[in-house]
Amino acid sequence: MQYNLLNKNQLNDLISFLAREQKVVAPVAQGLNNYAFTEIKNGIQATLNYIPTTLPPKKYFMPQRETLATYDTTQGQNMDPVVEHEKVALFGVHTCDLAGIQCLNMVFSEKPKDQNYLARKNAITIIGYECNAYCDRFASCRLVHNHTPNGGYDLFMTNLGDKFILHVNTPAGEKIIERSHLFSLAAKADLAALERLRQKKREIFEKNEIPIEHEKIPELFDKSYQSKVWADLDKRCVACGNCTNVCPSCYCFDVIDEPNLDLTTGRRYRQWDSCQNETFAKVAGGENFRKERGARQRHRYYRKFRFPIEKFSRFFCTGCGRCSRACMAKIDLKETLVSLIKEQGMENPNAGRQSTIAEKPATF
Amino acid sequence: MNMNTKSPYQIKIGKILSVKQMTSMEKMFEIALPGEDLSHAPGQFVEVSLLGIGEAPLSVSSSPTKQGSFELVVRKVGKLTGALHKLKAGDEVGIRGPFGQGFPVRILEGNDLLFVAGGLGIVPLRSLINFVIGNRKNFGKVDILLGCRNPKEMLFHEELAGWKERLDVNFNCTVDKADPDWKGNVGLITSLIPGVTLDSERTFAVVVGPPIMYKFVIMKLLDKNIPERQILISLERHMKCGLGKCGHCQIGNTYCCQDGPVFTYEKVKAIGGAI
Repeated sequence: MQYNLLNKNQLNDLISFLAREQKVVAPVAQGLNNYAFTEIKNGIQATLNYIPTTLPPKKYFMPQRETLATYDTTQGQNMDPVVEHEKVALFGVHTCDLAGIQCLNMVFSEKPKDQNYLARKNAITIIGYECNAYCDRFASCRLVHNHTPNGGYDLFMTNLGDKFILHVNTPAGEKIIERSHLFSLAAKADLAALERLRQKKREIFEKNEIPIEHEKIPELFDKSYQSKVWADLDKRCVACGNCTNVCPSCYCFDVIDEPNLDLTTGRRYRQWDSCQNETFAKVAGGENFRKERGARQRHRYYRKFRFPIEKFSRFFCTGCGRCSRACMAKIDLKETLVSLIKEQGMENPNAGRQSTIAEKPATF
Repeated sequence: MNMNTKSPYQIKIGKILSVKQMTSMEKMFEIALPGEDLSHAPGQFVEVSLLGIGEAPLSVSSSPTKQGSFELVVRKVGKLTGALHKLKAGDEVGIRGPFGQGFPVRILEGNDLLFVAGGLGIVPLRSLINFVIGNRKNFGKVDILLGCRNPKEMLFHEELAGWKERLDVNFNCTVDKADPDWKGNVGLITSLIPGVTLDSERTFAVVVGPPIMYKFVIMKLLDKNIPERQILISLERHMKCGLGKCGHCQIGNTYCCQDGPVFTYEKVKAIGGAI
């Protein structure tokens, strides 16, 4: 049996159980419409009905700053590579963010493998949590098929009203079920309740948020490289890099040396970088290959909707809507896509309707 | 928790055997990895590291036929290259690599070669040229065209003179702007291409130069009917990590550091922003 039940009043016990062996992080309310993945000690601190957190859980897989090596120049140019990791349980991860983690896993597992990332990943347990309805108007999870779970978790919780039903996906998840003694097996009626909930979700997420079929998006981008939409973004973007920092699948980084005050010891670390920064694609000779903000925004969109199709057979946009929420210039991903679609005359107001995508993953 | 595992950021220690001032801007560093060869292919690059300063990608300029050490030619333009220029024989640097796809030597064998180098493009191209000269019988006709801004910026004077003297290599060079002592061609590198006699079916053109150069040189090569898949170029980007991850060197869907820096024109012509 892959499904188990947890009484709502035992959520706290589950958190306590997890906290005995590792740091537990969960979405915690920080103010109005503002949530952050934060360490919790008690289930009551977590908020399960949240709009996407300001930063996605990628910060546990790839922290903003991460030491790669330490050095002591009195010992010559040698350095000691450092791989940092800690045991973490990520609690209450929505399906959009599970997809973001899956994207990062693919990138960093590709050869040459990134040991720093993989060491962290291997120490993280993921407990997902299903959204039964839209979080807000910025989300476009239906478009990229992330409104329902597609794996990427150890356990996945769905709120059935009076209890949680949990899907067990990995041996690590199974261990939690077995060792915590908090769960009971789901009965047929519970599975029927889950199916009713999913059916209701099919009505809520009845069609794509943006009037285009999922499968047509690569074609849209093939046609849109010279689009006027990029010229419009060029005028509006302020190149702050918010969109990439908050993106669950953005992983670009810079590598920087930081000497200590003794000027002999220090560390080499990597730090989140952004393709929206002016100097990102600049070379030593002075040439800047993406000098205009429009070209940099275009690059960002292609890295979500076109380039990863060939390399990883999936979109790297998770539909979470964070880039639109965080944009100081109010550049909205959904609006940008609609503009591109209109420009190419590819509008399909019923796109996604009656599709069987929830059961069958798309192929390209 | 810290844990030492095999990190792709680990460096090897390189010992500087000699430093040679090439022009007012460039120095050549001969570097040895104690106990091993770099084992690079022509066209590959290394990440050179100085702790406390950082890393920079630099093309290997020597041919793999040269054993025991390798050469880097470094223009002083930034923080890392500025610090490198202060080093002398006996000093250490950190080396990661070699990285990237070099020139497809096995495919080039048996064919005629037309080398087109602009400015610092001669630095990586020299690796392949010397490899070809070192294995001369494996290759057909060889033409080398070299262009730079002015005679003072010309690198590898003695080697160029050697290439010029060889009967099995056609060498020609030009400068954008002459000085009073210059007796050779004056004009852009593109002006040398029409004068080359070649059999387009069996010629591979290998082009390395500043970004602005490619479009114009490739037009002239296509005029000569060289097939697009036989035009090889090496693209300059900021290969920050060398591991296909950090994003700085990305061109369209390709990571220049892993998928390149050597590409065929056929492959990159459709990628927006490549050339």
